[in-house]
Amino acid sequence: MNLVTFSGPPSTGKTSVILKVIEAFKDRNLSVGVTKFDCLYTDDDTLYKKAGIPAIKGLSGSLCPDHYFVSNIEEVVQWGRENKLDLLITESAGLCNRCSPYIKNIKSVCVIDNLSGINTPKKIGPMLKSADIVVITKGDIVSQAEREVFASKISSVNPKAITIHVNGLTGQGAFELSTLVYDEKLDVDTVQGETLKFPMPSALCSYCLGETRIGEDYQMGNVRKMKIGDQNE
Amino acid sequence: MNSMLNRLTIKEIIEKYPFVINFFEENGLNVENYGEKTFDDYLNHFTQEEIEEWGIDVENLKDGLAEYISQMIEFLGLKEEKSIDSITIIGGTDKSGNKEQFGQLTIHKSQIVSIVGPTGSGKSRLLGDIEWIAQGDTPTKRRILINGQVPDMKWRFSSNNKLVAQLSQNMNFVMDLTVHEFLELHAQSRMVVNEKQVIKEIVEAANNLSGEKFNLNSQITSLSGGQSRALMIADTAILSSSPIVLIDEIENAGINRKEALKLLVGSNKIVLMATHDPILALMAHKRIVIKNGGIDKVIETSQREKEILSQLEKMDSIIQNMRTDLRNGLTIDSL
Repeated sequence: MNLVTFSGPPSTGKTSVILKVIEAFKDRNLSVGVTKFDCLYTDDDTLYKKAGIPAIKGLSGSLCPDHYFVSNIEEVVQWGRENKLDLLITESAGLCNRCSPYIKNIKSVCVIDNLSGINTPKKIGPMLKSADIVVITKGDIVSQAEREVFASKISSVNPKAITIHVNGLTGQGAFELSTLVYDEKLDVDTVQGETLKFPMPSALCSYCLGETRIGEDYQMGNVRKMKIGDQNE
Repeated sequence: MNSMLNRLTIKEIIEKYPFVINFFEENGLNVENYGEKTFDDYLNHFTQEEIEEWGIDVENLKDGLAEYISQMIEFLGLKEEKSIDSITIIGGTDKSGNKEQFGQLTIHKSQIVSIVGPTGSGKSRLLGDIEWIAQGDTPTKRRILINGQVPDMKWRFSSNNKLVAQLSQNMNFVMDLTVHEFLELHAQSRMVVNEKQVIKEIVEAANNLSGEKFNLNSQITSLSGGQSRALMIADTAILSSSPIVLIDEIENAGINRKEALKLLVGSNKIVLMATHDPILALMAHKRIVIKNGGIDKVIETSQREKEILSQLEKMDSIIQNMRTDLRNGLTIDSL
């Protein structure tokens, strides 16, 4: 089985891109399944099921979605194997820009859209910078110049990645992406013992544990203070 | 590349490859006080805590810098390389698997080819095949040659050198910038040398296409539909490096479409134009008819069609003139 992780900021078109990519696999008789990770709510799993694609979802609730992802990924891989999938795609929304959901030796795809603003590539951390493939969406509604500038900003923060434009509505580019996503020589049985490409954002302060009161007296653990005044950069 | 970068100081790297400033800037690396150090030394100055706090991927940045430099060298070098003189489309199959009957079609630079066919008939797929330089490995099984040969596949993955630029009706400017800032940003990303001259050329060309003039200090998001379209076309013709331009239906209002095509063709572009507007379709040298996912036929614009075109243009100019009259507060009293 192949395993590919898709992530990207909310509403960039991850689900549409994945649906179009899977459509491109149809003729190749590959069975593809999806696991959707989200925080509070998602109905993307029904979208997948409607398209006849085996899908499960996981909601992280009050936990960091990235931490939740990595705590569950092995079980998800086993689900994929039991269902005899040729390709398992995981989809997760990068909710903080410091997200780092990728695993070494597992193909990673970051989906980002042209509308998100010219400084966005700079603001996103390992989710964009350590992806193997960067998919740029919504290119049909911005000017050619903005597309070119945006792509050049992405290639300066992640020169090693393959950048590809996909239109989630018409599917233009999805076939091309599908040829990069699946490799029949690869076979992943388990991710047990594999490591993350980069450490996830750390936490564990009193607010992680449910504290609601504000003030220094209530702040314990991993707390950092802003530098205000002359020291502020 | 890597071993050389290990020896050079950051100051020396910047002197040798001035564009690396963008790499440092976009990655949020403040190298200001580290000019005399190597890039490795600079990366090693971060504490473990800083690395985790800010998500700095040291190994990735090392390889990234080397990769970025080699890509930029290639990109800058490409400008001098042999340009694209023609593309050839070799037939594959339609959605039902029937062989396309047109054989092969070669389009030379400065030529215009229109694409007609109902929505969903496969226009996007044809464009996709060209952009991907299909070699029988897409659903249509078409093959694309450049200058008559199977080209280097670097076009597929190069992020700075896309083969096809697109202009469509739905496109808008979304950046919050003035015309000048916007063109400057685009020119910088394309590494042009004579920025000021190029910006001036683009604005002149754009103002030539659109009825209402704008200046360098106008906000791009507040330009009218016609002005935006004119600026996009002028910018694509003059600044974009892509040798092929695909136009998806340019509307009639507020822009001189004949001049627009002339501008693109004059910049040695190959122009493909999806349209159902008779004036635009007949302005092309040839038109591709798409049906059921395949190229049904390729029609050369006939002499008769060209005569009809000149009549259509007269009708069009009557309408355009009335538009101008109305805008200027005149009354219409004859046809």
